[in-house]
Amino acid sequence: MSEFAVEMRDVSKVFGDIVAVDHVSMGIRHNEFFALLGPSGCGKTTSLRMIAGFERPTSGEIYIDGRAMGSTPPFQRNVNTVFQSYALFPHMTVEQNISFGLEMKGVSKAEIARRVSEALELVRLPHMAKRYPKQMSGGQQQRVALARALVNRPKVLLLDEPLGALDAKLRKEMQIELKTLQREVGITFIFVTHDQEEALSMSDRIAVFSKGKVLQIGTPLEIYERPTTRFVADFIGETNFLTGKVTYLDGEFAQLATNGGPTFWGRAMPGVRLGVEATLSVRPEKLQLVEQPDGSPNCYEVTVHSIAYVGSDTRVVVMLGENRVDVWEQNTVSTLDPNYFFKPGERAWLTFKPENALVLAG
Amino acid sequence: MLQVLRERRALRIAGLMAPGGAWLFLFFLIPLLIMAGISFLSRDRLGFPTFPLTLQNYWEIVRDIRFAPSISLEGGLTIRLLEGLYLELFWRSIWLSLLSTLVTLAIAFPVALFMARLPPRYRTLALFLVMIPFWTNFLVRTYALQFMLRSNGPINTLLRTIGLEPIDLLFTPAAVMLGLVYGNLPFMILPLYTSLEKFDWTMIEAANDLGADALRAFHRVMLPLISPGLLAGSILTFVPAIGSYITVELMGGGRTNMIGYAIAQQFSASANWPFGSAMSLLMMIIVTFAAVLYFRSGRGEYRNVI
Amino acid sequence: MASDVILLGERSEIKPPRRIARRGSLSWFALVTVTFFTFAFLYVPIAVLIAFSFNSARTGATWQSFSLQWYERVFSNTRILEAAANSLIVAVLATVGSVVIGTLMAMAMERYQFRTKLAWDAILYLPVIIPEIVMGISLLIFFATISLSRGIVTLVISHIAFCMPFVYLTMRARLADFDKSLEEAAQDLGADEWTTFRRITLPLLMPGIISSALLAFTLSLDDFVISFFVTGVGSQTLPVYIWGQIRRGITPEINAISTLMLLLSIVLVIVAQLIQRRQRT
Repeated sequence: MSEFAVEMRDVSKVFGDIVAVDHVSMGIRHNEFFALLGPSGCGKTTSLRMIAGFERPTSGEIYIDGRAMGSTPPFQRNVNTVFQSYALFPHMTVEQNISFGLEMKGVSKAEIARRVSEALELVRLPHMAKRYPKQMSGGQQQRVALARALVNRPKVLLLDEPLGALDAKLRKEMQIELKTLQREVGITFIFVTHDQEEALSMSDRIAVFSKGKVLQIGTPLEIYERPTTRFVADFIGETNFLTGKVTYLDGEFAQLATNGGPTFWGRAMPGVRLGVEATLSVRPEKLQLVEQPDGSPNCYEVTVHSIAYVGSDTRVVVMLGENRVDVWEQNTVSTLDPNYFFKPGERAWLTFKPENALVLAG
Repeated sequence: MLQVLRERRALRIAGLMAPGGAWLFLFFLIPLLIMAGISFLSRDRLGFPTFPLTLQNYWEIVRDIRFAPSISLEGGLTIRLLEGLYLELFWRSIWLSLLSTLVTLAIAFPVALFMARLPPRYRTLALFLVMIPFWTNFLVRTYALQFMLRSNGPINTLLRTIGLEPIDLLFTPAAVMLGLVYGNLPFMILPLYTSLEKFDWTMIEAANDLGADALRAFHRVMLPLISPGLLAGSILTFVPAIGSYITVELMGGGRTNMIGYAIAQQFSASANWPFGSAMSLLMMIIVTFAAVLYFRSGRGEYRNVI
Repeated sequence: MASDVILLGERSEIKPPRRIARRGSLSWFALVTVTFFTFAFLYVPIAVLIAFSFNSARTGATWQSFSLQWYERVFSNTRILEAAANSLIVAVLATVGSVVIGTLMAMAMERYQFRTKLAWDAILYLPVIIPEIVMGISLLIFFATISLSRGIVTLVISHIAFCMPFVYLTMRARLADFDKSLEEAAQDLGADEWTTFRRITLPLLMPGIISSALLAFTLSLDDFVISFFVTGVGSQTLPVYIWGQIRRGITPEINAISTLMLLLSIVLVIVAQLIQRRQRT
């Protein structure tokens, strides 16, 4: 058994003059729940399709369990896909759909029957065997698609935005179910999504795609708290950006000086160089608004621009000079006093710890 | 071998296209080309094509075109500028075909509109009623119309029993027109219906909301959106009309001459294959012109009609 | 154009608007009237024909008595039966031929991109647009040129030639609607190309294939003009025979044959509608 369940080595895919996937390398470990995350058109679905075998890389190689795939067609690969549209065969019953893969392998009828009912139990649809796909709801169809793929006991399961067509509540339910399923079955899941909340909550590791390239691979924690590029910091969650020139740099921290404005302290990320333009990224929940300056290294006078009360937190937009900054504070105190909250036009002091902010190159 | 088919995409495409492509090429394109070629040949004793090459056939068509302005009042106001045997033939055919298309459209549109607005249950019945003539033999239908209008046919018998004079309904240009409209009506109704059925009526509501009255809403909103169906139906009506043979013979007795009929004559009664080919070519040019108009203004949504 | 119109909000139901012909208004009544008279116009001649096919009198001048004699004559007339058989044989062969090659072409054109594609797209619309008379005589000329004597063979060849584009257009539309991810799913589950075609593509295309087969069958059975120019002496099809008889004068058998052909059309329409209904569910 090789180190990786699936490996992409310097893979590119070009359609005409569009570079869909641009020299992507990554290794997905066994039994990992791995997400390919990015906006539409970033190359994540194309990458998934290349792993499945529906597209062939223009250059580079894909390895499944250590074996180079080359031009191996999809029906000879030991991976199965759950399609975005589920792709259930409309002219077959649920039973026939699920048993299709086993039929192709030549499994005996008795064994097929056994495995199919097993699979139906797994996705909690035990009495739906004789139904047709069009008689089922979206959520049920999705589970049939899952069962159809899993019954073949593939080494790797590929999921192409499987929860896209479901409503919000069902999505949250299915997210938990999928995660539980993966742990139960114990195989590698490779999951494509454009929803970063989904990726963060479900994955062991995430690969962030943009314009055909992989910008960063890491655990949800790493991706969220230590994005290495502006794009990743912006794409995942919310953040505030302040640009300036690096005026101090040591192993850990950097100081950023804005044009004629205040200076900021933050964690230095790789690629930051002294004297060069850089961006400070600080997430709204890491910021605090206080009435008096507290003498910390990042403390600035700001004017409150607007305030939005969303129940669990209060979202304040303040103006730091000409910069607009979002501040999210949790409403940890239950109060009906309107004066407890800041009002537009008021002065306040913005403060945050340097280790909660990042200085990113570019 | 399978691997080769898998790899060589070009081979796969060729394999799929070959039978159809060959068939069209051999039995459609080549015959048309030969026909075009023959139009430049001369006529032998039996009417078959023979060398030498000549432009005589085309010359024959335009030979007698004269500038002879005239105004006549018989049978309605007619203003004529040019004269010529074949010019008149072509002109009459185009004119009659266009007119029949317009009349067919005028009848078909309200019917299609009505059908599109019926509740779904009745819509299926209405469709069924339109489909039957659509799928019935054109010859049989035209014959049915002719049978009814014959001088010793049912309508005249009815008139006689009432005490009225029997009417000579057949063998006039009006009869041919009637036959054309009758024959082509289903071909106009169906495409129109398809377009109208897909039409989103809330667009009219929105147009009204923005200040357009019914006429402007129709002209600016509805018409552009149903134009594919309109044009498909028009082509499906105009082309058979202009090449019409059955209708001319059965309803017009061959007396109201139209291009399609005249061409057919050249290949049966008055054998002159080269001349017939020349006329055919000219007619094809006319039809192609009409088709180009269609493809230019519509967006070729023809495939949704069938 | 429609861009002049700004739509806001959700589309609830596509109902006709209040101002253009609402039920019970004058314009609605006008539509009903026109439709009624149009259908009457379409059906009265046919109804008359059917009625007179049961008339024992020879002409349509008077109604004599109910009689099935013309039908008897039809079924005992060998020439008519021969012509009908010819029509059927040609129709069946033409249907099979045109469905096969039309479907293959539709698959190539819908699923692949290649350089000559645009040219073929144009060429495939031509047979639909060219008048039948031109097609008929060009084929007559062609068969004369290659010295192929006119008969069943020329008929079948010609019928396949004009039916194929209609099959192509129908199948192309069906293929455009076909969900390719179903084929990918089949391959993903282990089916090779041939198995995928056999188990997934073909069954799901079957309604479309049957529709286009019905279309081709009807077009072939009903064809007169092209058949007229391309038929040989012993290979007359039914429409060609009918034409000959009509030219000759009064022949009440024609009324009977016409009624029978009408019956056939009704059956075909019902079958076609049933298939459409099954496909929609």
